[in-house]
Amino acid sequence: MAPAIQAENLVKTFGDVRALDGVSLDVPEGTVLGLLGPNGAGKTTTVRVLTTLLRPDSGRATVAGLDVLQHPNKVRSLIGLSGQYAAVDEYLTGRENLQMVGELYQMSARDAKARALELLEWFNLAEAADRTAKTYSGGMRRRLDLAAALVVRPPVMFMDEPTTGLDPRNRLALWEVIENLVDQGTTLLLTTQYLEEADRLAHDIAVVDHGRVIARGTADELKATIGGERIELVVHRPDEVAEAVSALAPFAKGAPAVERNTRRITVPVSGGSKVLADVIRELDARSIEIDDIGLRRPTLDDVFLSLTGHATEADENGGNGGNGQQKQARGRHGHGKES
Amino acid sequence: MATTATEHAIGRAVPRQRTGLAAMAHDSWVVARRNLRRMLRIPEIVVFGLMQPVMFVLLFSYVMGGAIQIPGTQASQDAYIQFLMAGIFAQTVTFATAGASAGIAEDMTKGLVDRFRSLPMTRSAVLVGRTLADLVQTAFILLVLALVALLVGWRIHEGIWKAFGAFGLLLLLGYAFSWIGALIGLSVRSPEAATSAGLIWLFPLTFVSNAFVPISSMPGWLQPIAYWNPFSATVQACRDLFGNQVGPVDDAWPMQHAVPVSIGWSLVITAVFSWLSVRKYRSAAG
Repeated sequence: MAPAIQAENLVKTFGDVRALDGVSLDVPEGTVLGLLGPNGAGKTTTVRVLTTLLRPDSGRATVAGLDVLQHPNKVRSLIGLSGQYAAVDEYLTGRENLQMVGELYQMSARDAKARALELLEWFNLAEAADRTAKTYSGGMRRRLDLAAALVVRPPVMFMDEPTTGLDPRNRLALWEVIENLVDQGTTLLLTTQYLEEADRLAHDIAVVDHGRVIARGTADELKATIGGERIELVVHRPDEVAEAVSALAPFAKGAPAVERNTRRITVPVSGGSKVLADVIRELDARSIEIDDIGLRRPTLDDVFLSLTGHATEADENGGNGGNGQQKQARGRHGHGKES
Repeated sequence: MATTATEHAIGRAVPRQRTGLAAMAHDSWVVARRNLRRMLRIPEIVVFGLMQPVMFVLLFSYVMGGAIQIPGTQASQDAYIQFLMAGIFAQTVTFATAGASAGIAEDMTKGLVDRFRSLPMTRSAVLVGRTLADLVQTAFILLVLALVALLVGWRIHEGIWKAFGAFGLLLLLGYAFSWIGALIGLSVRSPEAATSAGLIWLFPLTFVSNAFVPISSMPGWLQPIAYWNPFSATVQACRDLFGNQVGPVDDAWPMQHAVPVSIGWSLVITAVFSWLSVRKYRSAAG
């Protein structure tokens, strides 16, 4: 079965910057690919090539089986794009925005009107339908932008950092909308700097950095590449640290890491929560008092850090038009400890 | 498979197939309507677009009118206002350029141009729609300005049809210049830069002309430039058609054939700059 989105060896340079340095990817129909990477990694440039906004220097790409360079207008009628900016006209009302987009997708005025109404209701904007978008909150504008991308029920959707700048409540709401779309069979390519977003929404993840796909797989596969699970525990009494290490030895799948001053021990294990229970029993049998214990699986943060050598917010802007100020740098969550 | 994807898309929202000119007219109209709605909702733009020329009429006629002597007349406020108005009209339509450049630059930075470019619509429609909406705005401003001018003593002497002809030439010039504005808007990085870039070159263009003072009063080396200035041709043509010409028309060829020269310049500017703008729009890297 042909993938709904396919890119082969895309290269694009802006002056000295190689924004895309041979990007290849494919997205099977009905699945979600998360394109994960820092600012300037080439995510937006990839989306711009696939949505016919930008001609690559070399390489080829197809969307819904159509070559984006040879049949750009046919591709355009099959895709929806929701960009980093809420691309709505703030002096038009929500309804007018959607009708305009519908008519430019070449729907009849009547169909465009009916579809606008449907979308306004679906996106919970019906009450604000006849207010100008200028009066909308950030979350409402994003919803309107996404609605505009869905006017023709496109089989293939591109979303470029759809939740950047949204508060957690609006982000969750948007995730639900996206999941709903995917359930209905839409193929989606989503770019994000948020690891939890890729983790939750994407079937497959492609990690991009410096214009290249540096890793590809499901979230679990990627996590597995940097090692399995670990038990992390904090011993109550400093003089029991050595004893605890020897108690852990039979379960360990590698050398334990010990931080004396915080009394923290991290040890690689396998076997999940059963091992955790066994470890707790063993420590109990030896009467070692513990303050804290837990099983830790690697997060995408860890994956990202180990793949790129830098955290997600690090690299500022390569060549996608100098729009760094809209993307908010964001600290990593679920911070990995020294281990 | 690709085919199932296609069927899915067409499932409900059946895109109507328009081609060629019909598609361009439809898409341009949709965009023009959008821009006209914006203008109604931001009336400040039209109001400020009006204030500047009205202020010029009052300042030039009352402050400078008594001092500038038009060949063949005594220096007076009344004689000068007859001479002045064609220039003010022409300057007003060319200043509309800044609106096109700022508007398009704003659409670029807000991502709207990307949205339009990702839609299956005619490539030129975003720019055609914009320039047509500007034309409507320019026509409205001209109308109000003409009424103000009549109040301060400006008159037409060649009949209403020739006056309409003059306004037609002015609108044609304004349309041509809005394409220059479109190119500027697509080329600069911010709406603020577009506003200044859209205006700054208009000052030498409109002042090195017959708009405010007779060209014969300029230094010799400057005169050919002023005579061949596209702006001067339209101003002279309007003076002819309004019957505002006092004394003989200057001997320079473009002045003697002002109406065809004005039309020619406007058509050439429109052709060149619309081609450049559409080409720029297609490849806009945003």
